[in-house]
Amino acid sequence: MNAPTTATRPSSAGIDDPVIEAVGLTRRFGALEAVRGVDLAVRRGEIFGFLGPNGAGKTTTINMLCTLLRPTAGRATVAGFDVEAEPDEVRARIGLVFQDPSLDAQLTARENLFFHAVIYGVPRRERSERIQAALEMVELADRADDPVSTFSGGMRRRLEIARGMLHTPEVLFLDEPTIGLDPQTRRHVWGYLRRLRAEAGVTLFMTTHYMDEAEECDRIAIIDGGRIVALGTPAELKSLVGGDVVELRTEDDATAAIQLRERFGLEARADGGALRVEVSDGAAIIPRLVRELTVPVVAVAAHRPSLDDVFLKLTGHAIRDEAASATDRMRMMHRAWGGRR
Amino acid sequence: MTTNEAIRVRPTSAGRSLSSRAAGFGRAVAVVWYRDLLRFWRDRARIVGSLAQPLLFLVVFGAGLGSSIGGAFSPGGGAGPAGGAGIGYTEFVYPGVIGMAVLFSAVFGAMSIVWDREFGFLKEILVAPIDRTAVAVGKTLGGATQAMLQGLLLLVLAPLVGVELGLGTVVALAVALFILAFALSAMGVAIASRMTTMQGFQIVMNFLLMPMFFLSGSLFPLRGVPDWMAVLSRIDPVTYGMDPLRRIALGESLPAPFVESLGVTVFDQVLPVGLELGILVVFGFVMLGVGAASFRRRD
Repeated sequence: MNAPTTATRPSSAGIDDPVIEAVGLTRRFGALEAVRGVDLAVRRGEIFGFLGPNGAGKTTTINMLCTLLRPTAGRATVAGFDVEAEPDEVRARIGLVFQDPSLDAQLTARENLFFHAVIYGVPRRERSERIQAALEMVELADRADDPVSTFSGGMRRRLEIARGMLHTPEVLFLDEPTIGLDPQTRRHVWGYLRRLRAEAGVTLFMTTHYMDEAEECDRIAIIDGGRIVALGTPAELKSLVGGDVVELRTEDDATAAIQLRERFGLEARADGGALRVEVSDGAAIIPRLVRELTVPVVAVAAHRPSLDDVFLKLTGHAIRDEAASATDRMRMMHRAWGGRR
Repeated sequence: MTTNEAIRVRPTSAGRSLSSRAAGFGRAVAVVWYRDLLRFWRDRARIVGSLAQPLLFLVVFGAGLGSSIGGAFSPGGGAGPAGGAGIGYTEFVYPGVIGMAVLFSAVFGAMSIVWDREFGFLKEILVAPIDRTAVAVGKTLGGATQAMLQGLLLLVLAPLVGVELGLGTVVALAVALFILAFALSAMGVAIASRMTTMQGFQIVMNFLLMPMFFLSGSLFPLRGVPDWMAVLSRIDPVTYGMDPLRRIALGESLPAPFVESLGVTVFDQVLPVGLELGILVVFGFVMLGVGAASFRRRD
């Protein structure tokens, strides 16, 4: 097993009373090992991000934590209950916002929430008050009695978040909560999520493949090929990339890469038509690079490391290479067009 | 903000009393059933549309086939009117058409599960902290109620067909319709719980529902048919719903011995209506068990 390459080892050591804890969590589908021994511990009240490309095992992990899939090996507890042995106890304490829409479009917003309140055993006398409060939180109170089929993708997502919170869960799982939403709606969704954490103290566990979204999390686990390759705060992870990142566009990247290695001792990574190198002081090295490389340099820039750089360094490939698979595009279309049937 | 002020700590269900778990079960059944009815009511165009096919059968078969057979249709194997009575083919086929409406709407109603699976709502139900048997029961009752209502709706055509229905007959029909609808809806849930895509839908339609419909005695009497068909029709559960419907519906306007002569026989014995409905109830519960078991299975 590859040990995660970060200072904060993902174990419960150092975390009192973890609300989610997984040890060696593994899931096989036939010959395919989708999740290979995931260890993690999530603190109560934190926003925990699960970052990785499609097919990395994010949804499979979430489905195991939510008791929708049984682990092939390993174990996990959520809110103090074992996902394998006590699935009903776990289910009563979690909320879920699925990657794909899961509202009944023929019912109204209020009816969707009513259905949820009943199956989660929200006491009868609290139902209508809580439904109203949830609708107000996501600013859908004025559309409460319209059928969901008339809602835009962003409105549906907001309603799903309201629904996920209706039964006051301890943990809210969100699988790609902002996929396919426009930037403004994404900001709104993030606003609601932060308020939820602040006001209800709920723990948020979310998967994403948007780097800027991962930055919003308290801690991130980077998952690739079914394994957690790093876990820590965004700042900790970025510190894994030493100093600055210099991005270089040249007319002959192959030759430039050789020269960078031979003359500067720098290991370049090719990513999206540019070479990237890690240096201690970006501003100082740029003039030397331009002067000493024999291939013409088209563009050069230095920046502080981003999670993109961390991901590239740890996995050897960029997350966005795989960011828009066919399924993903379909999902985005589905959301954008309001999932008309 | 009044919601979500604090994290609520609930007792575990192991510590909950049996009666509160039973209440939870009942609530889950009721809300799954309620959702189906709400959707049924929202989709009034579908209710009207689903009446078109039975009407077509009634008019086309009743008028077309009826006139070529002749006015006085004798169901006793063509050997002359039994008990000195006779009915037109339209009257004969009318209960069969009601049964058809129940058959298709019960199975399709239950198979909306497959639709839910495709569009995600099933996940919302399956991840909820409720007994999955309650989901199967609620779905079965939802499909059954819809189908029964569809069947009852067709009773308004009775005067046009020339069948007299008193209040007692309507009540008896409602009971028989519900039992038939329950059995078929449970079968639909059992099928749908194992079906992951809509692809299988057409196969179920062509290779299961159509044969079940044709072999059930809905369009022709099951007396005097070839042996192979006689055997298959006795295996077909729909037969045991079709026959009570016909005998109850026509019981008011025709003499008892004649109605008796329409009945389905097993080893030359006419089965009592109660026994036929009993067979359906047993079949329905077996199917419900199958459906609940596959819902309870976790991947």
